[in-house]
Amino acid sequence: MSQSTTPTADGVRDAYVLGGNRIPFGKVGGAYARASNQDMLTAALDGLIARHGLQSERIGEVVGGAVLKHSADFNLVRECVLGTTLDPRTPAFDLQQACATGLEAVVTLGNKIRLGQAESGIACGVDSTSDAPIAVSKGLRRALLTAANAKDTATRVKAFLKVRPKDLAPDAPRTDEPRTGLSMGEHQAITTARWGVTREAQDEVALRSHHNLAASYERGFQDDLVTPYRGLVRDQILRPETSAEKLAKLSPVFGKRLPTPATMTAGNSTPLSDGASAVLLGSREWAQERNLPLLARFVDAETAAVDFVHGHEGLLMAPVHAAARLLKRNGLRLEDFDYVEIHEAFASVLLTTQAAWADDEYCRTELGLDGALGTIDPDRINVNGSSLAAGHPFAATGGRIVAQTAKQLAEHQREHGTPARALITVCAAGGLGVAAILESVPAEGGN
Amino acid sequence: MSDKYIDLVNGGFGGTVAKKLGLPQPAPLRRYKPGAALVPGPVLVLGPDTDQTDAVASALLGWDLEVHRSPSTGTARWGAVVVVLSEVDDASQLGEHVLPLSPALKQMARGGRVVTISRAASGATTPTAAAARQAVDGFVRSLGKEMRGGATANGLVLAHESTTPADDGVLAALRFFLSARSSFVDGQLLTIGDAPVLADVTTSDEERPLAGRVAVVTGAARGIGAAIARTLARDGAALVLVDVPAAGEHLAKVANEVRGTALQLDITAPDAGSRIIEHAIARHGGLHVVVHNAGITRDKLLANMKPETWESVLAVNLAAQLRINEQLLASEHFRDAPRIVSLASTSGIAGNRGQTNYGASKAGVIGMVRATAPLLAAASGGTGTVNAVAPGFIVTEMTARIPFATREVAKRLNSLQQGGDPSDVAEAIAFLASPAGGAVNGQVLRVCGQNLVGA
Repeated sequence: MSQSTTPTADGVRDAYVLGGNRIPFGKVGGAYARASNQDMLTAALDGLIARHGLQSERIGEVVGGAVLKHSADFNLVRECVLGTTLDPRTPAFDLQQACATGLEAVVTLGNKIRLGQAESGIACGVDSTSDAPIAVSKGLRRALLTAANAKDTATRVKAFLKVRPKDLAPDAPRTDEPRTGLSMGEHQAITTARWGVTREAQDEVALRSHHNLAASYERGFQDDLVTPYRGLVRDQILRPETSAEKLAKLSPVFGKRLPTPATMTAGNSTPLSDGASAVLLGSREWAQERNLPLLARFVDAETAAVDFVHGHEGLLMAPVHAAARLLKRNGLRLEDFDYVEIHEAFASVLLTTQAAWADDEYCRTELGLDGALGTIDPDRINVNGSSLAAGHPFAATGGRIVAQTAKQLAEHQREHGTPARALITVCAAGGLGVAAILESVPAEGGN
Repeated sequence: MSDKYIDLVNGGFGGTVAKKLGLPQPAPLRRYKPGAALVPGPVLVLGPDTDQTDAVASALLGWDLEVHRSPSTGTARWGAVVVVLSEVDDASQLGEHVLPLSPALKQMARGGRVVTISRAASGATTPTAAAARQAVDGFVRSLGKEMRGGATANGLVLAHESTTPADDGVLAALRFFLSARSSFVDGQLLTIGDAPVLADVTTSDEERPLAGRVAVVTGAARGIGAAIARTLARDGAALVLVDVPAAGEHLAKVANEVRGTALQLDITAPDAGSRIIEHAIARHGGLHVVVHNAGITRDKLLANMKPETWESVLAVNLAAQLRINEQLLASEHFRDAPRIVSLASTSGIAGNRGQTNYGASKAGVIGMVRATAPLLAAASGGTGTVNAVAPGFIVTEMTARIPFATREVAKRLNSLQQGGDPSDVAEAIAFLASPAGGAVNGQVLRVCGQNLVGA
């Protein structure tokens, strides 16, 4: 593994994950019911700054976003930066790629650092389903705009006369796919059925997620990844005491109109949640000048999209394609990964993803490979729990996964003295998906 | 925090009423501001006409103070009186040197200071000498109760016969007692050893005595811990702030304010000490000061005490400090004039109803500090110190929960007739943590305004 940060002939050097911070994730209408995206993201950044002593630091760039965003928050990340103790000359921009926002922010900044366009960066994301943006209807909006532009009272009054009672109902944000009208859960129910994933297997994934996350809190693993906020110390969704029996009692909520038995429940699907996360990235030199640890090297990433509109591929299957292309480019097999993080939008995403990678026929016809991509030891997947237990505030999920994976890699390197590699995949609305590779950093003077 | 009673009795009408009714009239204390004068007026140096007294006077002159040797100086209001008694070994001579204080007390500036310098009775070779030396103790404690207007009386006690009153270690402590940093320390005698002082004493009160030093403060998210962090940061230290993960939100705020790093850690974890050392070395390149501030109260009468209530207080307040100290003593990274300062409590000295667990833990801290002091000194080539600060009634969120009447009475039961500010405790810690504090080792300094009960 190359560990050099000296720019190579093509000008690329290494970028590293140096640390992370998030606030515990809350339930919709829960602990953060009255917190805005700006409040939560500022808190996540404050915790990151405090943990790493970044007060008055001018960061190369802060990049992040929210999926559900109020129109007034157009410059959300920059506004949050101005609310922190970072040097106010720290630039920022908002990006959004549905649930892949957080990971895409890491990729964007990782690449800027690799190209020498930045020495440091903070990738971040936030989402509030409690304080979701509610818009006025098209009819009311037209009336308001006409009235605002009117030069006399008569025109203003006339504008409002066109408003009908139905126009007064607000437009709540929808998470349904605009082109199919199906919710994400309904889409995934189709994919789940197609791959014959059982209810038991999904419940087992959910159970492991809760147990793994609870265990990570118990062993202090989250102590330098999470900073409490508004009285919440751990994720509100986390159920350390949940059991297979309890999960088995829940009624299915998705796929009830499919011919196959419905298997997706509130227990094996991620609930709506609120939260924010941030990841600190930097070049080797920048980190060493500030005595910051190199947790993991950002190796490479790939984004993919699938044609779910015509039913050819499942809505949340894009990471399967992204990872296949990413592994091919890097000459790696699934077996080469010590850790695999598959975002648990639903438990079945984890299972359909693995089923697809293990399927010879599918990998040949859909991924253009010679045969199956391979299988993964379940003990290597989501070892510290994932979205089913932590919750999934859309844009905050990528940062949560990258920070805890980087820390896991650093721990592995320190405890075993051997390098470790991780694959991260995140699926997203619109048939999008991102896959990324991180590697541990051998100690100075090591291999 | 504001004390409405102090504001009231120091106002025109409220002051008149309080005086007529004989109510306590606490004065606003003179508190430290960087750049302000060391003392609020000229300094009177009393004592036998000898080299030792002269040496103290010339040291004070060297600090650019106006120094006098006689109390008859017209209308000047004295900023401080230093009484050099290190050569008085006969109680019958004591009056000759302390009675000239009498007129000066009537001419004392607000926030003025009386500081005695005497020798430890334990080093006396005759009963007469021991009596004279011990007499200073009772004199200072009684004088403290007599002082008004935010003025205090304290003493320095030289432990070793070879130490002279103008040695650096004595002067550093004298400077602390004269300054506004000691505003809530009253009626206390601080023992000075002969360990080296690793700083120029004349600059020890300047703005950044802790520059280049890395300090760890436990329980730093709130109250006294946050005040310690602010004070050490103001004095130039780089800070590692520790608190339990559950206090992380407040901890991050304090860390961002003082430009330190937040370390969420339960100090009762077996490896807490090594994790603290590792963090300080990795992030700040060194470790010089550890302030054991984290502590809990679980008040219950012993009659109603559950085992877990007792154990949790002992675990956090005492066992965790012991374990961390063992790891510090064993660490090669804690050798450069290392400083440990523990938070004891007047409850651990005088006891407090409902606090058998807390009182035991804090008295235990005092025992630990005294026994650890020689160990750290030996491990660090004589450069390290371990001390404790015992706060009395300090106005914090914790004491704000005491019922109003109890709180108001408790607050007045000291010579300064008011509660202390968290920064008062922090200032004493900052002095003990500073390189100039090197001659103070294994001591317990009370920051209690001279509690009338028990202390």
